[in-house]
Amino acid sequence: MSIISRGFSGRRRPGDEKLPPGQYLETGFPVLSAGPTPPVNTATWEFTIVTETGEARRWDWRQFTGLPAEQITTDIHCVTKWSKLGTHWRGVSLDTLLDGVPTTAGYVMARSYGGYTTNMPLPDLRDGKAWIAYEYEGAPLHPEHGGPARLLVPHLYFWKSAKWVTGLDLMTRDRRGFWEELGYHDYGDPWREQRYQGD
Amino acid sequence: MARAEIPGRLNWRVATLATAKDETATARTLVLDVPGWAGHLAGQHVDVKLTAEDGYSAQRSYSIASAPDGARLELTVQRIADGEVSPYLTEVLEPGDPLELRGPIGGWFVWNPEAAAPLLLVAGGSGIVPLMAMIRAHAATSSQVPLRLIYSVRTPADAIYAPELSERTVASPLEVTYLYTRAAPPEAAPDGPAAPPPSPASPGQAGLGEGPGAIRAHAGRISAEVIAKSAWPPEAKPAVFICGPAGFVETAADLLVAAGHAPAAIKTERFGPTG
Repeated sequence: MSIISRGFSGRRRPGDEKLPPGQYLETGFPVLSAGPTPPVNTATWEFTIVTETGEARRWDWRQFTGLPAEQITTDIHCVTKWSKLGTHWRGVSLDTLLDGVPTTAGYVMARSYGGYTTNMPLPDLRDGKAWIAYEYEGAPLHPEHGGPARLLVPHLYFWKSAKWVTGLDLMTRDRRGFWEELGYHDYGDPWREQRYQGD
Repeated sequence: MARAEIPGRLNWRVATLATAKDETATARTLVLDVPGWAGHLAGQHVDVKLTAEDGYSAQRSYSIASAPDGARLELTVQRIADGEVSPYLTEVLEPGDPLELRGPIGGWFVWNPEAAAPLLLVAGGSGIVPLMAMIRAHAATSSQVPLRLIYSVRTPADAIYAPELSERTVASPLEVTYLYTRAAPPEAAPDGPAAPPPSPASPGQAGLGEGPGAIRAHAGRISAEVIAKSAWPPEAKPAVFICGPAGFVETAADLLVAAGHAPAAIKTERFGPTG
């Protein structure tokens, strides 16, 4: 049971009903990173899916951007409390990238340029729920926001949407990524407010 | 790299405001008593929750300003004019009032007092807060690691903790470089070291007590020249912590990487608007 904050009435805004618990509406696009933005050149960029048996599937930038792309309109929720509604992206569905990849893995570790990692269940990347995005609001994705390409898994807190993504390792057992090892939640469902381990 | 685990669940606790102190016209330090607080690391933050009578609630994250000190916790809150939580914390909350919080949170942007590397702290505006926790932890543990702080603010009056920083340059191996981006005092030259800045809390006393050359001021924004003059050189292999608005942090991190610092040695914390 929460205690009442004397003299606090709060500020309701239209759209609040679309916000998960503890979130507030943000109109800018804040940045959250653990270190410097890594330089990523599309001339040498690659994206690799490695299965639990070590089988690898690889795309360079030209091959990747030649795949069928989708327009995505979605709300995004950052664990630092801001949410942004109705953002527009363009990217390749993970269904397309995982199509024909032989795996029985239940989990995935996303890997990024710069060394960032984040883990999640593999089913959360399937069935139209996740993309590798390379455009934001009609323009190439800015490096600060993870360009040239980032994972987009908008139904989980946004740290799962790894910036500067370069690969997915499919895993039979769950392991913890960068923030997860530092106390953030393994799954990160904003609607259940799974911010930290134990939430 | 030092990492800190957060074991178990982070439960909400009811803290009580013991005292409050205005740091600048828009920043206020809250000194809180938090029964059962298990301690924290310099650089960590807490989540604060406010609840209205009808059950509506709002949460924000605030950096811890104090070194670990039993059940006492200090947060310094920068008031955002059109914010929802920061105006309450800086203008409404009174000593004796309860405040719900949970933490400590964040095990990456932390300084371990046992670390041997020189410290380079780069702050933009209220990004000084978690870095001040590091400076205070450094003093509290009598660490002999040398520190340099580059602190960018709009005007001298916006500098949080200026009197304390001046004092600490005497007792600690601390050097401070202020960058004034909007209005610089006359002695802040764009081309080199200058006299210490006046402290907003006690103008006229600012020159008292600093070690020679321990405080400098420049007019203008962070730049390759500022990095060359005021940061440790890459050969010193400093541990670098940068905190401030996203654009400032991006610029500072890029400049340090360009100057030859290892990206892996640079830890950043970026503030979006957090009203």
